[in-house]
Amino acid sequence: MTTALAATEIAAKLEAALPGSVVESNGNTVVVKDVQLFRAASYLKTTAGLDFNYLNYLTATDYQTHFELIYDLISIEHNHHIILKTRLTDREKATVASVVSLWRGADFQEREIYDLFGINFPEHPNLKRIFLWDGFQGYPLRKDFKH
Amino acid sequence: MALKTETFILNAGPQHPSTHGVFRMRLTLDGEVIQDVEPVFGYLHRGIEKLAEGLTYPQDIVFTDRLDYLASMTNNQAYVVAVEKLAGIQAPERAEYLRVIMAELMRISSHLMAVGFLLNDLGAFLTPLLYMYREREKILDLFDMVCGQRLTYNYMRIGGVSQDIPEEFIPALKKYIDSLPGFINEYEQLLATNEIVLIRTKNVGILTKESAINYSAAGPVLRGSGVKWDIRKADPYSVYERFKFEVPVGSVGDIYDRYRVRIEEMHQSIAIIRQAMEQLPQGEIQAKIPKVLRPPKGEAYGHIEGPKGELGFYLVSDGSTNPYRLHVRPPSLINLTALKELLVGVKIADAMAIFGSIDICVGEVDR
Repeated sequence: MTTALAATEIAAKLEAALPGSVVESNGNTVVVKDVQLFRAASYLKTTAGLDFNYLNYLTATDYQTHFELIYDLISIEHNHHIILKTRLTDREKATVASVVSLWRGADFQEREIYDLFGINFPEHPNLKRIFLWDGFQGYPLRKDFKH
Repeated sequence: MALKTETFILNAGPQHPSTHGVFRMRLTLDGEVIQDVEPVFGYLHRGIEKLAEGLTYPQDIVFTDRLDYLASMTNNQAYVVAVEKLAGIQAPERAEYLRVIMAELMRISSHLMAVGFLLNDLGAFLTPLLYMYREREKILDLFDMVCGQRLTYNYMRIGGVSQDIPEEFIPALKKYIDSLPGFINEYEQLLATNEIVLIRTKNVGILTKESAINYSAAGPVLRGSGVKWDIRKADPYSVYERFKFEVPVGSVGDIYDRYRVRIEEMHQSIAIIRQAMEQLPQGEIQAKIPKVLRPPKGEAYGHIEGPKGELGFYLVSDGSTNPYRLHVRPPSLINLTALKELLVGVKIADAMAIFGSIDICVGEVDR
């Protein structure tokens, strides 16, 4: 059975390594500040004992007041997982660091979020729409999208 | 005088017999060698994640049939597992066993297609594939017996399954399961001793263990690279803890290993179906659930080991009858991320074989 690591412990470790990065934690979910996302993700991947080497999936949700990005991280070696989240409040210029350099599996998933939510990942090597065509107006998975 | 050379761009697809649906690869070629690959998606994009927000939880089951249409049963299962987790519903034991039997039959059917199409892509045009189709046909007949459908089953329900199996099902299943190992062995022998198949597949399209993990590969692609990771063992769902079975892995991570893993998995699925038939309990097939299902506010991620890899559904509920957000973790799309690394530097003749060995279904890639 995949162990869900206690988020409070992970949050304490993150807070010690990156002061001020954690917004909240409960259950198996740690929410970090958007500007600290890449550093937090990198810490979780490289710290011995955590070794989150597998990005299971990556997606976003539009809560109207903010976007929430969710990163499901797994360590194949230890068979444990944690959910890392971050929130973006600026709808017009929603931007967050790309994690492709940590987990290349994020490549198409970040493009999908860019395509359907309009969230930017500046460091992404090939950020363009993945399913819809270039001239498409709007971002369909946003709740205010009119079709 | 040095000859002037230049690269040229070749579009493989979207209408190409080896792309298994409408999928396009934009290949940059230097002579016969591939220099760059850009997969182009979206030809089959129907916006299922958006459409799902406008329908109720039970209504969304029919959409899952249309994701990976070669494995509708397992799509149904992944979705109902996620909803049951979200709403705190437990399906009766008999229903869980029926789900396992259907899911394993679906895995065999999907792997038969994967192996058949791989050989098709290698140039063994249609003949082996038709034999695979023949065996798959019998599975479709079994499904037809259970739910009256041959492709889009819509069989699983939140908290159970739509109907119990008819009495002629178990004898028919037994007969089929008994004949299948002989069939698999016979064709396996014809293929695994065929020198052309071996030359075309061994040490071609190697994905290392580290790369497979880094690319979030799942299913036979991950296991073919030697990573022993199967959700049925790593994070057991349904009643899988009660069955004895092995998780086959490869060692090199080439086309042959991925092919072998699929062949071995069919044998393991047969073993699971045998045990499930023996243990199949009597009783209810549907838990009592409210007529209008309103899961409590919150989110859940339910996942299963689909034939093509980990298939998961991430659901967010706002307490209403419709999901606020439904996201599919599509193994086909995520497995394709590694395609570029696999193809750059190889000859174009191997491109389709490598692509075929990943085994994708465009319905699930584009959604």
